[in-house]
Amino acid sequence: MCAVYHKYLRLDHLPHIWCPGCGNGIVMGAFIRAMEDLKYDQNEVVVVSGIGCSGRISGYLDFNTLHTTHGRALAFATGIKAAEPRLKIFVFMGDGDATAIGGNHLIHACRRNIDMTAIIINNCTFGMTGGQFSPMTPKGKKASTAPYGTVERNFDIPALAQAAGATLVARVGIYQVNLLRELIVKASHHKGFALLEVISQCPVNYGRRNQMGDPAEMLEDQKGIIKSAGLGQGLENYFGQIFQSEQPEFIEEYNKMIVQAQKKGGCDV
Amino acid sequence: MAKGKHKLHFDREKCKACGICIAFCPANVFTVDIDYCAVISSPDKCTGCRRCELYCPDYCIFVEEDYYG
Ligand SMILES: Cc1ncc(C[n+]2csc(CCOP(=O)(O)OP(=O)(O)O)c2C)c(N)n1
Ligand code: SF4
Ligand code: SF4
Repeated sequence: MCAVYHKYLRLDHLPHIWCPGCGNGIVMGAFIRAMEDLKYDQNEVVVVSGIGCSGRISGYLDFNTLHTTHGRALAFATGIKAAEPRLKIFVFMGDGDATAIGGNHLIHACRRNIDMTAIIINNCTFGMTGGQFSPMTPKGKKASTAPYGTVERNFDIPALAQAAGATLVARVGIYQVNLLRELIVKASHHKGFALLEVISQCPVNYGRRNQMGDPAEMLEDQKGIIKSAGLGQGLENYFGQIFQSEQPEFIEEYNKMIVQAQKKGGCDV
Repeated sequence: MAKGKHKLHFDREKCKACGICIAFCPANVFTVDIDYCAVISSPDKCTGCRRCELYCPDYCIFVEEDYYG
């Protein structure tokens, strides 16, 4: 194992629990290499995660880490940032975690534009609980709760986040490991709420049910999707950074309010 | 272990036999063993692209280069 993994992983917690070929390990690898670029003091970084296979990531990474409740990772992260604004916050969520039970927290974190990096690992399913369909399962794909294929449309996460007020939004596939690393660095440098949708893979509970072959074939499939994306098909199929803007950031605005209130000698109530 | 420019390190103990490195190596460096785990069969063919390292979900492979860092 190369030195950078030694530095950022809790080696006594390995091997990780993820199935062979699971995308979570590829995302965590890219995150570690992004940390190598960012060179933050590990004590100044907080990794927060929700519940699910993807949520286990906080257990393996050697930073300040918090494994929270299902769908609430962003709420906990908001509390940390408000209490200690100097800390660099990275929040990992599964697609079910972020867009189903945690959907409300997601849109409001976007709206507040609080300075942190949120990473949604989208494997198109509730992996940990056995492959139920999530709001990100593409229409027609099978799930344990949709044996004939789901009839629902999936969210377009970047469009949702942008509309809700996130100020850096990107979509990237695990096939694009180097781009993923770059986008994590960029998102962390961005002042405000940055959201990355990482298209991942769950070969066991999603791939197998949809006859998508072995992990390598799923990755090969993703390569095809990425190569043919963005060719005049609109935002939905775009990979890479989609949107960036400058808007007032929550903590800065909050601090301004404190200064104002102190000038007035307290609030009027 | 490769004698060439790139030294491949592989940790068989950690390999979960997902097959990604085998499929994605452009130089066909790997074959499989009886448990479907990767085997470095042709280390001299390695081009040092590091795909195997970057895509390995279990961090079993490390490509050492002179200029690595
Ligand atoms: C409040 C609550 N409801 C339901 C669950 C059960 N549960 C555990 S993991 C999970 C889904 C995880 O799916 P996702 O967020 O997509 O992550 P993945 O496992 O695919 O990485 C659910 C519903 C829970 N732990 N807590
Ligand atoms: S069930 Fe799916 S998401 Fe969970 S560890 Fe296995 S492959 Fe990964
Ligand atoms: S570095 Fe590239 S060429 Fe060398 S073994 Fe790995 S994938 Fe093959």
